[in-house]
Amino acid sequence: MKFGVVVSEGPYTHQASDTAYHFVVSALEAGHEVPRVFFYHDGVNVGTRLSVPPQDERNIQAQWTDLAARHKIDLVVCIAAAQRRGILDENEATRQGKDANNIAEGFRISGLGQLIEMGIQTDRLLMFGD
Amino acid sequence: MSEDVKKFLYVNRKAPYGTIYALESLEVVLIGAAFDQDVSLAFLDDGVFQLTRGQDTTGIGMKNFSPTFRALGDYDVTKLYVERESLEERGLSADDLQEIMYEDEDDDWAEKPSIRIVSRAEMADIFAEQDVVLSF
Repeated sequence: MKFGVVVSEGPYTHQASDTAYHFVVSALEAGHEVPRVFFYHDGVNVGTRLSVPPQDERNIQAQWTDLAARHKIDLVVCIAAAQRRGILDENEATRQGKDANNIAEGFRISGLGQLIEMGIQTDRLLMFGD
Repeated sequence: MSEDVKKFLYVNRKAPYGTIYALESLEVVLIGAAFDQDVSLAFLDDGVFQLTRGQDTTGIGMKNFSPTFRALGDYDVTKLYVERESLEERGLSADDLQEIMYEDEDDDWAEKPSIRIVSRAEMADIFAEQDVVLSF
């Protein structure tokens, strides 16, 4: 089965991004496909490379980056939600006149159309949030 | 209905202000309208407050986005299901909601109300019919 996954709560504050991660790992192990994960609301904060959790804690962004690289998962951060919360890639930082960007490896910033497209193209859409 | 058209339901459960869920849900609905899917919106729990008339946000420094609901008909989003029990539990009735109309192209562009008040049991049936449920 082909699953689309939405993460709609922020990392560390909320369990949603962890549960989504464990779901995706298990789904892939069971032979399912997860072509894309879409990060919305505070979920976009998973996509910053500047978070520095304590060394004895999981690094949620690094877990996703690693998983995406190994399984070719498209990690999409919603542009509108990201701009509100200060998640920028190089293009957006330049376009908005900001002096830095912070998007993590394996993540890309794109529009809400990617969420709708995922709903259309997958067999099941799962939303991990509050 | 073509094979590419899915039934999308956007579930609105939160009050319009206080958290960003309602506003960002509406942003998804507006973008999603471009994809020509079969779209419905559900309003339940505190989500019913999103449709109340006479919202005034000047005191809280937030944008009042409630007029946007009246534009949904122009995007072919014409099914706004509101749960009766959620209204009643909050002391609200249909009269407290804004009037949201659409023009029915299959009925000589007659103006019809987009808001449909449904029972909790009917809402469950509406959920069961969907292909994609996005919950906010």
